Amino acid sequence: MLNATGLSCVRGERELFAGLDFSLAPGSWLQVTGDNGAGKTSLLRLLVGLSEPAAGEIRWNGTPIRELGDEYRGKLLYLGHQTPVKEDLSARENLQISAALKGYELAASGAEAALAEMGLTGRADSPVRTLSQGQKRRVALAQLLHSGEPLWVLDEPFVALDNEAVAKVIKIISKHLAGGGVAVLTSHQEAGLPAASKQMLQIGR
Amino acid sequence: MKRLGATAVVIAIVRRDLRLALRRKSEMLMTLFFFVIVASLFALGIGAEPALLRKIAPGALWVGALLASMLSLNRMFAQDYADGTLEQMALSPEPLALLAVAKVFAHWLVSGLPLVLIAPVLGLQFDLDEPTLGVLVLSLLLGTPLLSLIGAIGAALTLGVRGGGLLVSLLTLPLYIPALIFGAGAVEAHVAGLGAGGNLSLLAALLVLAAFFSPLATTAALRIALE
Repeated sequence: MLNATGLSCVRGERELFAGLDFSLAPGSWLQVTGDNGAGKTSLLRLLVGLSEPAAGEIRWNGTPIRELGDEYRGKLLYLGHQTPVKEDLSARENLQISAALKGYELAASGAEAALAEMGLTGRADSPVRTLSQGQKRRVALAQLLHSGEPLWVLDEPFVALDNEAVAKVIKIISKHLAGGGVAVLTSHQEAGLPAASKQMLQIGR
Repeated sequence: MKRLGATAVVIAIVRRDLRLALRRKSEMLMTLFFFVIVASLFALGIGAEPALLRKIAPGALWVGALLASMLSLNRMFAQDYADGTLEQMALSPEPLALLAVAKVFAHWLVSGLPLVLIAPVLGLQFDLDEPTLGVLVLSLLLGTPLLSLIGAIGAALTLGVRGGGLLVSLLTLPLYIPALIFGAGAVEAHVAGLGAGGNLSLLAALLVLAAFFSPLATTAALRIALE
């Protein structure tokens, strides 16, 4: 489904990594590990097409992602290390706008149900600025619940979450994989995700 | 799940930005008050000489509007860039250029349109008569979206740059000159009895040109900023 061949990334003068290869079949996931500054986030940004690799190619179902353009962007969901929420909007509004950016309509009731499932019952109307760091992450992660995109690229998805929320997110990702989706995540935590379909990618030496 | 068309996504972004602006009214009001104060300073500084006031009115009001709309420029994308929502916009299946147009339109509604609406009140300070006020409003109605479109390029280019606020002024002010010349020129021509049509047509032509090229340039600059 997702293939990368000979990927290399150069940041400024420094080569972060070179010659990375991997191939993900439906239902499998990739854990990217490496020291701080090794280029985990840079790799994820290459995979979603936010930046261009210095060498190598990324293919989605056999077609280079550069050629797919908007079509590829409709197939992926990316959550970076930032929490992409607007502080002045309510949790529900944030969820609805992120759905709209992905091109589908999310009803208020659907957004509230997703937030409730992420343990934010009754907080749907509070401005996100009144929520804690972990709760903000939960708002951002709630979009996974109704995501129809087959590729999830998650940068440190478990950061700032409590055990209960980590378990919840693991359950959501497992379900996504069981449905034939693929996921790429960087995480220092040894995630409790299905080990059989796991691939490891170590960046740096 | 119901799919949304491109128009619906654009509307969603405009609504989001308007909602954000309404929850932070101070930023919107700052632009407006800046315009009011600059225009009033001119009127106060010149003193009670109706003939002279009428003569400098087009230039003074247009420069005031230009500076006021510049004040809000670096906010156009900065917040989205800082909280990561710009990244999400770049990864939307809708073309980024379209989303950039939505951002520019929302920015104009918040910081351009209020200037157009208050301009006739400020024009009274300069002893402008009613038809002249009409031309002033018309010239600003064509000119302020042009300023927002040009400013968007500068705002996108200076994203993430330290001291970007000052840089964006230096980048965009020279590009504002044609808008200033034809905008103020329209009012002056009307006062001189030459008719404002020519200048307004040129201003409209510039607006059409900018509406086509600015989203492309803005998108390219945004992609560079995000890389």
